[in-house]
Amino acid sequence: MSIVIILILASLSVGLVFLGAFIWSVRSGQYEDTTTPSLRILADDPQPKISEIKIKLK
Amino acid sequence: MNTNIETFKYDNRVVRAFAIATVVWGIVGMLVGLLAAVQLFFPDANLNFQFITFGRIRPLHTNAVIFAFVGNGMFCGIYYSLQRLCKARMFSDFLSWFNFWGWQLIIVSAALTLPLGYTTSKEYAELEWPIDIAVAVVWVAFSVNLFGTIIKRREKHMYVAIWFYIATAVTIAVLHITNSMEMPWSWMKSYSMYAGVQDALVQWWYGHNAVAFFLTTPYLGLMYYFLPKAANRPVFSYRLSIIHFWALVFLYIWAGPHHLLYTALPDWAQSLGMVFSLMLIAPSWGGMLNGLLTLRGAWDKVRQDPVLKFMVAAVTAYGMATLEGPLLSIKTVNSLSHYTDWTIAHVHSGALGWNGFLTFSMLYFIFPRIYKTQLWSTKLANYHFWLGLLGMIFYIVPIYIAGITEGLMWKQFNKDGFLQYPNFLETIVHVVPMFQLRAIGGTIYIIGVFMMAYNLYRTAKAGQFEPDTVAQAPALEKTAVPHGKYSFHRLLEGAPMFFTALAIVAILVGGLVEIIPMFIIRANVPTIASVKPYTPLEVLGRDIYIREGCLGCHSQMIRPFRSETERYGEYSKAGEFVYDHPFLWGSERKGPDLAREGGKYPDAWHYNHMDDPRSTSPGSIMPRYSWLLTQKLETDSLPARLNALRKVGVPYPDGYENGPAQKDLQAQEQKVVANLKQGAVNTEPDREIVAVIAYLQRLGADIKAAPATTASK
Repeated sequence: MSIVIILILASLSVGLVFLGAFIWSVRSGQYEDTTTPSLRILADDPQPKISEIKIKLK
Repeated sequence: MNTNIETFKYDNRVVRAFAIATVVWGIVGMLVGLLAAVQLFFPDANLNFQFITFGRIRPLHTNAVIFAFVGNGMFCGIYYSLQRLCKARMFSDFLSWFNFWGWQLIIVSAALTLPLGYTTSKEYAELEWPIDIAVAVVWVAFSVNLFGTIIKRREKHMYVAIWFYIATAVTIAVLHITNSMEMPWSWMKSYSMYAGVQDALVQWWYGHNAVAFFLTTPYLGLMYYFLPKAANRPVFSYRLSIIHFWALVFLYIWAGPHHLLYTALPDWAQSLGMVFSLMLIAPSWGGMLNGLLTLRGAWDKVRQDPVLKFMVAAVTAYGMATLEGPLLSIKTVNSLSHYTDWTIAHVHSGALGWNGFLTFSMLYFIFPRIYKTQLWSTKLANYHFWLGLLGMIFYIVPIYIAGITEGLMWKQFNKDGFLQYPNFLETIVHVVPMFQLRAIGGTIYIIGVFMMAYNLYRTAKAGQFEPDTVAQAPALEKTAVPHGKYSFHRLLEGAPMFFTALAIVAILVGGLVEIIPMFIIRANVPTIASVKPYTPLEVLGRDIYIREGCLGCHSQMIRPFRSETERYGEYSKAGEFVYDHPFLWGSERKGPDLAREGGKYPDAWHYNHMDDPRSTSPGSIMPRYSWLLTQKLETDSLPARLNALRKVGVPYPDGYENGPAQKDLQAQEQKVVANLKQGAVNTEPDREIVAVIAYLQRLGADIKAAPATTASK
C-alpha cells in the first residue's frame, strides 16, 4: 500500500498550498472587511457615463 | 483617494464561444446518455454496431457531460465573472482562445477515440495518453490566464468566487497529473503505471476529487457570483462564504477512500475517508443555506424570474447531493448501495440538478447581457424549468428504487440459508421497468434543453452582440509595501498563488516520475505465490475487455460479505491484482461480478454467450458482441505490450516477447480452439473471441489453483 504515501504527500502539498494562501490572505488584509465585498460585486456592471460625470465633477 | 481612472474592455467574445459550446456539447452529451440508457432495456439499440455499444459510449457520455458540458459551462462562467470581479480584461486574449480551441479539440478527439475503443478504462480519466498531455497543456494555459488576470486586477479584495476558481485550477492540475501516469505502448494506447489496489486508490482519489474540484468548487464560485447578481442582493453572509471555502478545500481531498469501502484498501484508510466525508456536510450545507438565504425577502422574484428558479433548484440539489454523499460514505449504507443504481441516482441528482440547472440559469443570465437585450421568452424558460424538474424526478426516483431493489435482492437469503435469487439475471430483469422510466425522464430533460437552445438562439437574433464591454476603474494602489525589502515583497504580494502553484506542479511532476518506479518495484513482490502474470493471449484478451468497456457493467471485486461469497466465490484479496495494469474492479454491476469467472462455464458457452447473450441467458440485457467472433486478433503489437508491462513491473523474462511469447500465444489459441470444438463450435484461432475467452477463463483461476490455506466455503 505504498501508494498511500504518494497520495498523502500529494494531498498534503495541495493542503499546504492552500494553507499558505490562507495565511497570505489573512495577513494581507483580504478579510478585514467582510461586509462591503458582497455589496460591491452588485455594482460591478460598467456605467461609464456616471463615472465620466464623477471625473468631470472632480 | 486614487483618481487614476483607467478604461478597459471586458472580453465577451470568448464568453460567447464557451456559452455556445456549452449548449452544443450539453445536447450531444445528454443524447449519448439517452442512447446508453435505452440500451439498458433494449440492447439491440446499438444496431449491432460496435462503436455505439453501451460499454464504449458510457465513458463518452460521462466525459461529454463532465468535461464538455460542465467544463465549457465552467469556463464560460469564470471568463464572464472573473473579468468583472477583477475589474480587468483577461490576462491574455491568446491564452483565452488557446484555452477555448484547445478544449474543443480535446473534446472532439475524445468523441472520436472513445467509440473506437481507445480507453484507459479508469473512470472519468478514460482518455489516452496523448490527449492527457493535451489536457495538461490547456489546463496550464487556463491557469496562467486565471492567475495573470488576478495579478493585474484593479480590485484589491479577491471576492470569494475567485478563491473557488483558484482551488479548481490548482487541484485539478495535481489530480490529473498524478492519475495519468501511464506507460505508452503505441501512439494511442498505454498501461497504467500503478497496479491493482494501488491503481484503484489513485483512481478513486482522483475520481472523488474530480467531482469535488471540477463539478463542485468552480460551480460554487459561479453560484456566489451569479446568484447575488441575479437576485440583486448581497450574499446572505459573506463571512460564512469565506468559512465555506476554506473548510471545503481543506476537507474535500481526504474523502476519496469512500469509493473503496469493503475493498482491499486498509481499514484505517476507509475509516478516514468515511469520517472526512461526514464532516463535509457542515461546509456543504453552510454553502447551500448561504445561497438559499440570499433570497430572503426576495422570494417574490423567484416566482417571476426563471434564472432564479433554476438557481434555487440547483442549490437545493447541491444540498441534497451533499447530504446523500456523506450518508453513502457510511460503511453500513455503502454495503447496500455500492455497485447498485443508487450510485447512478446520486450522481444524477448532482449532475442534472446542481450542474445542469446552474449552467442553464447562468446561460439565461449571460445571453441577454452580452447581446444587450431581454430574454426572448421568459415563458419558454419557465416551461424549461418545469420540464427539467419533471425530467429530473422521472429520472432519479425510478433509479433510486432500482438501486435499493438490486441491493436488497443481492443480499436476500431464504429461510434455509441459501440465496433467494442465486441467478444474478433475476435481479436485473426485475428492475428493467425502472430503466425504461429513467429513459423517459431523461428524454423530458433533454426536450427542456432543446427549448433553452432555441430560446437563447432567438435572444441572440433579437439582440446586438457586444464584443467588448467598456468599463472603468481606478488602478490598484501599490503603496502597502515598506521600503527596503521592496522588490522581494512586491513579488510575493503580486503573485503569491501563481508561483506556489507553478512550483507545486513542477515538484509533483519531478517527484512522481522519480518516486513511482521505486514504489512499483516494491509493490509488485507477489503476496500470493500462485498469482502469476497473464499469458500473451490473456494480455490481448484483457485489452479487448478494456476496449469494449466491459467494466461499465461487470465488477471484478468480491466484497467480504456472505451474500457475495455465496454468489461469486472467495472474496477478493489485494495480492491477486499485483499484475493488473490497470485495475478493472469497476464501480457498477449491471451484470454479475467476474472476479471468479474462470472455469465457471465451458469455452463454448462464452462463445455462444458473446454471439448472442439471449441464447444462453434469456432476458439478459447484455449487448451482442458478434464482431469479436469475426474480427482478427491483432498480434503485431504483442512485443510492445509485453515490453511496456515489463517496464511497469510485470516480471516477464528478458527477451520473452521476441519469440517465446508468440509460441505461447499460438499454443494457447489452439487449446481454446480445441475446447470450443468439444462444445461443437468451430472457429479460426486468430479471432478476438479466442483471446477474450482465454482472459475470462483466467479470472480467479490462480486463487482456485492455490493450495487451500483458507477455507473456500
